[in-house]
Amino acid sequence: MKNLVILGAGTAGTMMANHLVSKLPKKEWEITIVDQYKTHYYQPGFLFLPFDIYNENQVKKEGKKFIPKGVNYIQKKIDRIISDENKISLEDETLDYDILIIATGSKIAPDEVEGMQGKNWQKSVFDFYTYEGALALRNKLREWEGGKLVVHITEMPIKCPVAPLEFAFLADSYFKKKGMRDKVEITYVTPLSGAFTKEKCSKSLGYLLKEKNVNLEIDFAIERVDNENSKIIDYADKEVDFDLLVTVPTNMGDEVIGRSGLGDDLNFVPTHHNTLQSLAHENIFVIGDATNVPASKAGSVAHFQAETLTDNILLYVEGKPLKEEFDGHANCFIETGENKALLIDFNYEYEPVEGTFPFAGIGPLKLLKESVFNHWGKLAFRWIYWNMLIKGIPIPFVSRNMSTKGKKLN
Amino acid sequence: MKKVIAQTEINVNEEGYLTDFAQWTKEIGTEIATDYNIEMTDRHWEVVKWIQEKVNEGAALSIRGIKKSGVIDIKSFYALFPGGPLKVSTKIAGVPKPKSCI
Ligand SMILES: Cc1cc2nc3c(=O)[nH]c(=O)nc-3n(C[C@H](O)[C@H](O)[C@H](O)COP(=O)(O)OP(=O)(O)OC[C@H]3O[C@@H](n4cnc5c(N)ncnc54)[C@H](O)[C@@H]3O)c2cc1C
Repeated sequence: MKNLVILGAGTAGTMMANHLVSKLPKKEWEITIVDQYKTHYYQPGFLFLPFDIYNENQVKKEGKKFIPKGVNYIQKKIDRIISDENKISLEDETLDYDILIIATGSKIAPDEVEGMQGKNWQKSVFDFYTYEGALALRNKLREWEGGKLVVHITEMPIKCPVAPLEFAFLADSYFKKKGMRDKVEITYVTPLSGAFTKEKCSKSLGYLLKEKNVNLEIDFAIERVDNENSKIIDYADKEVDFDLLVTVPTNMGDEVIGRSGLGDDLNFVPTHHNTLQSLAHENIFVIGDATNVPASKAGSVAHFQAETLTDNILLYVEGKPLKEEFDGHANCFIETGENKALLIDFNYEYEPVEGTFPFAGIGPLKLLKESVFNHWGKLAFRWIYWNMLIKGIPIPFVSRNMSTKGKKLN
Repeated sequence: MKKVIAQTEINVNEEGYLTDFAQWTKEIGTEIATDYNIEMTDRHWEVVKWIQEKVNEGAALSIRGIKKSGVIDIKSFYALFPGGPLKVSTKIAGVPKPKSCI
């Protein structure tokens, strides 16, 4: 028997287990998946949790329920990948592999910035990229009486890069609804040179910040959080005051990648952009947030990657050349508040543009334009996630490679 | 787009970044720097050279990468290239502006 081991049972790992169980010959291959936690979180829901749009139960389920029969599930912490010996050491056992899929994702590292995880952590300084953070922030917002709200990105890349902007837009709606928008000043602070980094997005969407009365502070490279004076300070000595700081700390790959000597500066694994094979070892493949490919770190991206990676694992098993197929395709809804949302569809090469999706000229979803329909799409994504996406069921009419049909490319 | 800098015609993009590094010379770098009121010193050139080497290796530039490089600390990097140090230093170095993905 040969062993295929998947590290991480999040969005990407769970999808791969579901894809491969029916495709790899059972008589020859044993599939094992490892994750440290019992719970599988629906991370896109962390955006809605702070605003009481979703409750706790809508964003978590028992992970095992999504692992198909015929796949061994081990709930343990991964200690090290010993790539020279094709072994994985877990807390108290060792696994051998013939093929390894790394899907350990990425997580926040607030200790990368001085003072961030200081005495005001989860008192006036919050993150919403973790379940605990989003929940603590919800409790804070329920009783907050207003002041300066600062929504901040520490550095790129971060997963779901539009989530912080969505947070600012949803905050505008939330405080309006509570009848206290006049008591809240919202500022969006980014290390980038604009709220949207892609040119076409900036042109089409620049109006949104104005409309929602969100101040913008760009090119802000944070040096530290000053807890005494409730300020964030950047390397050029720019300062932004806050009463409530909602930050997206540095995102990094898991420490296991660093410990195993397989990562870059941020513990992301150097990966071939189009085949998803690791650059260092031909029997190691990487998917989802754990890679260093210059695509968005998003569940939708992992979904498109999973289709290519499944084909490539089968090709690899047969000793055939891999397909250089993955094109960086991402498809993301952007909540803009007041029950509207935008949809963007792009890849390594093409920026998000206007048009209709998934059917050219028909839609029903509109690209790069706000609509109520898109908002429903975003909410439906939760159902799609739990019932189709992580189970590896193809989403009708949405293909792994980006389609240029129905798009205004110039 | 064509532009004449330091008496040489070079190709640049809409933002003024060189599109062909082969056309870069120290004189061109010096002249771009004056647009930002920067007078180039040995220290500036040291950093510019490091940036060119990194880009040549295919590495992605970031503030974090600079911090870990040992070539310069971030405070001094800001002091040398006020404004957006990465944006400015890459333009002077004749390499593309660092991309950040949406
Ligand atoms: C606030 C927020 C909003 C988002 N919104 C969207 C959205 O609208 N649309 C979208 O497509 N995407 C969105 N995303 C991104 C999406 O959730 C991620 O891109 C996706 O979950 C990545 O999947 P993954 O499998 O690579 O990583 P994960 O799902 O994070 O899984 C990694 C798994 O590996 C396990 N693991 C890691 N290290 C170890 C170890 N040492 N030992 C054992 N187990 C380990 C972890 O426990 C985890 O279960 C959002 C993310 C956030 C935080």
